[in-house]
Amino acid sequence: MSENIYRPYLMRIAHIVDEAPGIKTFRLTFQDEEAGARFRFKAGQFGLYSVFGQGESTFCIASSPTRSGYLECTFRTMGRVTTALADCDVGDIIGFRGPYGNTFPIETWEGKSILFIAGGIALPPLRCVIWNVLDLRERFKDVSIIYGARSVADLVYKHELEEWHARGDVRVITTVDPGGETPDWSGEIGFVPTVVEQIAPSSADTVALVCGPPIMIKFTLPVLEKLRFAKNMTYTTLENRMKCGIGKCGRCNVGKVFVCKDGPVFTLEELEELPEEY
Amino acid sequence: MIEQKRMSTTSLEALFQRYKTAGWWILAPRAEGDITTFGEVDSPGDVAAGLIQTTLSPKSAVLPIWEELFRFRRGESGIEVVEAAESSVPTIIFGLRPCDARAFAALDAVFTWDSQDEPYLARRNKVAFVSIACNQADDYCFCTSTGGGPGDTAGSDLLLTGVGDEYLVEVVTERGVELAGIAGELFGPAEGMDKAAHLASVPVRFDLDRLRQVLPKTFDREELWIDQSLRCLGCGACAYVCPTCVCFDIQDEATRHGGARVRCWDSCGFSLFTLHTSGHNPREVQSHRWRQRVMHKFAYMPERLQVLGCVGCGRCSRACPVDMNLAEHLAVIAESGE
Repeated sequence: MSENIYRPYLMRIAHIVDEAPGIKTFRLTFQDEEAGARFRFKAGQFGLYSVFGQGESTFCIASSPTRSGYLECTFRTMGRVTTALADCDVGDIIGFRGPYGNTFPIETWEGKSILFIAGGIALPPLRCVIWNVLDLRERFKDVSIIYGARSVADLVYKHELEEWHARGDVRVITTVDPGGETPDWSGEIGFVPTVVEQIAPSSADTVALVCGPPIMIKFTLPVLEKLRFAKNMTYTTLENRMKCGIGKCGRCNVGKVFVCKDGPVFTLEELEELPEEY
Repeated sequence: MIEQKRMSTTSLEALFQRYKTAGWWILAPRAEGDITTFGEVDSPGDVAAGLIQTTLSPKSAVLPIWEELFRFRRGESGIEVVEAAESSVPTIIFGLRPCDARAFAALDAVFTWDSQDEPYLARRNKVAFVSIACNQADDYCFCTSTGGGPGDTAGSDLLLTGVGDEYLVEVVTERGVELAGIAGELFGPAEGMDKAAHLASVPVRFDLDRLRQVLPKTFDREELWIDQSLRCLGCGACAYVCPTCVCFDIQDEATRHGGARVRCWDSCGFSLFTLHTSGHNPREVQSHRWRQRVMHKFAYMPERLQVLGCVGCGRCSRACPVDMNLAEHLAVIAESGE
């Protein structure tokens, strides 16, 4: 008898970070250490996280595959499951099944520059790639991160943004929406697409990764096009409601493309082939 | 080559007893209140007679309307996960129609797409199909438009066709050989029997090749989909009676001491089906949801899984409270040009 694919790993919450109002990051370790040692994933993949008795919820793996022994996820308290997750303490046991979905082809980017553009709660799917790239830093040329949120308080991974900035080998630009700044804010003020346009990052031999709310993506992609970023070198991730994560429950498809199996990572070139169903 | 045998209709009683003695559970069409469905029977006398088609399909034998994927308990040492108890027994589905027998190929394709769905396969591997060919059809039947037919053997282990007071028995699969072997003395040689004259006539209602050609190009034709779905209530009845609809939900049902993660039927016709927590809904109007239903069965499944998501049983159209007729809708799409 083969394994029940719906049976999750039991994960212990090892560490909790309050990132921003309503947003937390969990570090999860495998209760079954052997299972944890066997577990492999790649940047871009996602999983279903569950609170027993409340149900499952889908989000990306926010930690890098270069850091083994644990998984991290970052979520906003929105519905039944994320509210239950937010009620958990260090030491509590939650469920995780995965990894599911395709991956960012990081190995094909060696020697290129990498530009990350993220807005709000969409930094977590890129954080996985950021750490993956930084842990192999010598293999890439310039690395830049442009990250914006509504307000200073809403920025996630505040300490890591400082850490990346302090490294010296990463260009980090943070911005907040007009009115979201504090008196001591030293970053940019403006919406992400505007900031990208002002900074005008070079598209020469550069891979761009864009994750954010639909409205941010909608206005950022034309800017990147103007800056001559290649459509097959511009990546984003899609999210649709999922129940199974493995192409069976029937709800995440965008036309004939299943976000859970064919995605969640898509190039802009692929995205343009998809019907508007996401 | 499909082996053919003959069996007297009066031998059914003995056949049932033989199967039961061999440890098989028999599900067959039964009347339950106002509807007919597949339920456990002891003898042929329990089987609802004279039906063109049951209200509900036999799908629930392999994909129950509600099932536990596993159970969990909250104990002193934390959470303990326990597999749901193995509940399926070897089951013969008797008296299903050829369209229903073909439907399992569509379910199999989804549940074995890359990852093997163990809860489904545990049941599926224990099910055998003894179908009865159709000697009557109604205006809703359209099996012949989806590659099937009233005497089609695909998907059946044994197919019985009523010929006078006898059955022509076709032994279709290895499992069929086993099922015929259990009661070998009930069968005789089939020389001189011809089933063709005893089958219902089901007209072709749309051109499947033409539909397959046109459909993928209709995604953005909003007016077509609005026109098709204007009276759709989004009630989901079509999905619940469908033998090939697999879309499901996963939920936890529990007390603070423990409970189960359960899988239950769902429908792409429901507005909540794709609703994001943010309030955004990728299929926000009923026309988009109807489009998904048609596209999934007739465009996405054939392309991605090499199987059509419809067998033309006509149940969705019989059950629809506002009389939407799938075959008619498909004919309109097929003839709508590109």
